[in-house]
Amino acid sequence: MTLSFQAAVAGRGFDVSLTVGPGETVAVMGPNGAGKSTLLSSIAGLLRPDSGRAELNGKTLFDLDGGNRTWVPPHHRRTALLAQEPLLFPHLSAVDNVSFGPRSAGIPKREARQRALGWLADVEAEALAGRRPGELSGGQAQRVAVARALAADPSLLLLDEPLAALDIHSAPLLRRLFKRVLAGRQAIIVTHDVLDALILADRVVILEDGRIAEDGPTREVLERPRSAFAASLAGLNFVPGTLDGAAVRTEEGLRIAGHGGDPEADGQQAAPGKPGAQPAAPGQPGRSGEPAPVAGSGSPGVAVFPPSAVSVFLTDAHGSPRNSFAVTISDLEPHGDQIRVRAGGLAADITPAASADLGLVPGLAVHFVVKAAAVSVYGT
Amino acid sequence: MVGQGYSGVPGWVRALAVVAAVVVLLPLLAMVLRVDWTRFIPLVTSDSSLTALGLSLRTSAASTLLCIVLGVPLALVLARDSFRLQGLLRSLVLLPLVLPPVVGGIALLYTFGRQGLLGRAFDMLGLQIAFSTTAVVLAQTFVALPFLVVSLEGAVRTSGSRYEAVAATLGARPGTVFRRVTLPLVLPGLASGAVLSFARSLGEFGATLTFAGSLQGVTRTLPLEIYLQRETDPDAAVALSLVLVAVAVAVVALAYRRPAARSGAGKRPTTPVPAGGNSK
Amino acid sequence: MSRQAVRPAGPTVRAAVLPLAVLLLAVLSGCAPAGGPAAGTTSAAGAGSGAPTGTITVFAAASLKATFTEMARTFEAGNPGTTVTLSFAGSSDLAGQINQGAPADVFASADTANMKKLQDAGLVDGTPRNFATNTLAIAVPPGNPAGIAALKDLARPGVKLVVCAKQVPCGAAAAKVAGTAGITLAPVSEENAVTDVLGKVASGEADAGLVYGTDVRAAGAKVAGIEFPESQGAVNTYPIAGMASGRNTAAAQAFIALVTGAEGQKVLAGAGFGPGGQ
Repeated sequence: MTLSFQAAVAGRGFDVSLTVGPGETVAVMGPNGAGKSTLLSSIAGLLRPDSGRAELNGKTLFDLDGGNRTWVPPHHRRTALLAQEPLLFPHLSAVDNVSFGPRSAGIPKREARQRALGWLADVEAEALAGRRPGELSGGQAQRVAVARALAADPSLLLLDEPLAALDIHSAPLLRRLFKRVLAGRQAIIVTHDVLDALILADRVVILEDGRIAEDGPTREVLERPRSAFAASLAGLNFVPGTLDGAAVRTEEGLRIAGHGGDPEADGQQAAPGKPGAQPAAPGQPGRSGEPAPVAGSGSPGVAVFPPSAVSVFLTDAHGSPRNSFAVTISDLEPHGDQIRVRAGGLAADITPAASADLGLVPGLAVHFVVKAAAVSVYGT
Repeated sequence: MVGQGYSGVPGWVRALAVVAAVVVLLPLLAMVLRVDWTRFIPLVTSDSSLTALGLSLRTSAASTLLCIVLGVPLALVLARDSFRLQGLLRSLVLLPLVLPPVVGGIALLYTFGRQGLLGRAFDMLGLQIAFSTTAVVLAQTFVALPFLVVSLEGAVRTSGSRYEAVAATLGARPGTVFRRVTLPLVLPGLASGAVLSFARSLGEFGATLTFAGSLQGVTRTLPLEIYLQRETDPDAAVALSLVLVAVAVAVVALAYRRPAARSGAGKRPTTPVPAGGNSK
Repeated sequence: MSRQAVRPAGPTVRAAVLPLAVLLLAVLSGCAPAGGPAAGTTSAAGAGSGAPTGTITVFAAASLKATFTEMARTFEAGNPGTTVTLSFAGSSDLAGQINQGAPADVFASADTANMKKLQDAGLVDGTPRNFATNTLAIAVPPGNPAGIAALKDLARPGVKLVVCAKQVPCGAAAAKVAGTAGITLAPVSEENAVTDVLGKVASGEADAGLVYGTDVRAAGAKVAGIEFPESQGAVNTYPIAGMASGRNTAAAQAFIALVTGAEGQKVLAGAGFGPGGQ
């Protein structure tokens, strides 16, 4: 029960190689235009890549490399697609929508209906069976759409931002439903929400510019991001450069001292008593005990630190274990009970009182200061 | 007049709109005023009139059916597939919309006529199309097909292909997708296209006259009967014209009321759902 | 800036609409029967009392197109300062138009019935004069594929015959000829006009058509003509007359004199018309 996929679409700069293990749910994240939809469409058979090959459970989905090219049409792939909009067939009732898959597989009408009712019950939407899609709320419709996708008995479930179009009341309910139905099911879920990746997925794949930037267990990726996108998901400051001992030297020549530990845990150590405002799950030890990867001096590396570890000064404050960045404030915004100060591509979280004392306004030149102990440095 | 919103229509636009309405309606009114009501019933129920009306309805129904059978695939291919010279094909298919009907008749004559491109082959098979009711249906189909293709292609484009994509990933073969998803989705567009085709077939005159001839009960449809009656009995021509107008009005009313009636009854979305989905 | 750009647009648009409306009215009135052209005719007529001068409008049956066009040129050449405006259509159409007030000085009909209609309506000036006759002939495609030789051949099974509808003169004549000869015709189509019959014969769709001898001759090589004795059973007579509403009586009468005179008769005979007998 494995998906192995490799494909390239020259026109979109897309070149991705991906494996999904049996019963594994993989979250695919990345900026807009990174190739997430291209990935799903290629797997579903709605888009034909220029080259590559894919297999699902030993069955070829496509093979565009060899001499005799193979292309299996979407309806023979068993890869049900659930999109942002439920896309329920508007002319069919909820139960007829759900029985669409079984009916297409040749199951007699009566039995298909029974199965559909079973799936509707499974998503707690049995009461909606007779309704037309036009009479359903967004959350109800997506519930029925989940039942419809599952009723088709897919080998691989493809979810394209299934919670993005829902209001804040429906999304948690649906997320709980997905948590249940995706357990032990092979699925790929494209999402913008780090919460989905944490709750629903075993693994996260970060796509950037049509390439896989990161691929690993969700927590690991969020704790030790190796891409700017993953760092932004984790709410961490991210400075790429080259390794220089336990420091990172940026392209501009700035040297950021740190250590080879877990940025999240260290960030909290550096700011004791501060609430853990970071989106990542708190209290996870991660790989904080790993030795610092200082061996790879000269190779690419990153310095990562949480905004809560950053202090803001009006004047330069030097100190040996500290890193100081001369920056100009671009934005101030509320962040929980803190003020998030954005400047020079970095973020600092300080209390509203501190912000008022310093008289921070956009355009003001300040210094961001972070202790080396709060900065994680590792190779990428 | 309470709660009337701002319309932003300038007065002179309204004035021209009135002129436009008058341009369309005044001639019809003038015709109605000329109807000899004392002779109206005998005129429109004469043997030749009823025969012509019956023939018109039968041939228009047949050509509408033919338009659906041929027009639906053409509209789908034009809207969904992409191939070389597609734009050119689309323009050419719409040609009968702007072609003088007589030209259409001449073109059909050189296609299906005894000396025509296909006519010789048909002749050898013992099929003679010219001067037959089949010729009338062909002429009507020729002029009416673009109406169906245009309105259906629009509906197909508006509805997009996302429902079809979902259906395919649920395991439905293309045939099943077409039957259970595409057709129901574009049904309103198909219905209005079919009604327009029917109306156009009903009014077809030039191509029929040129290609099919004019013989009572065989090829003389109502418009041809009106044209002929005009030679001797203008009153009869006016009376029959009124019948044709009445039928056309009924057909158009049917086309435009149908969606409203259905949505009221079954709450079934009658316009193709836009690509944005129906999640609201 | 944008306000300034927008402001003049109001008056400009209004200024554009006015001429448009005027134009529309002008076009509409131009369509009306008693509009501009009639006025022109009146002023032209006022100048001439002796020698014909000015403009006349002649409404003539479609079958007279070639001959009347030639005679109009002759008339204009012989009477400097005159202009003949010709309008050709089916006789019943023309009679209908005159009845509705169309400005005609002369009407030449392909049958006596339509002239009679106008006489009854008091629209004819003087007595119509019969200036030509026409008889039916069989038109067949070049090569005569069905081997038609006589009127009775038209009733042969399998022969695709096209005639005019009984409501139009050539159809009435065909019915009369067939009736007199005791032949039952089973046409595949009854057309509204001679040209439609000829078109179907010329294209080979029909094996034969019944039209006037002059039509066969005018069609040239596109069809072949077969004359038949039974055609004398339905001789079509062409009357010509000045119109009571005509504004240039002198020129109208001069034109009628040309048509009925030796010169006109020669032209008509050349096109296949029989003498009018008057």
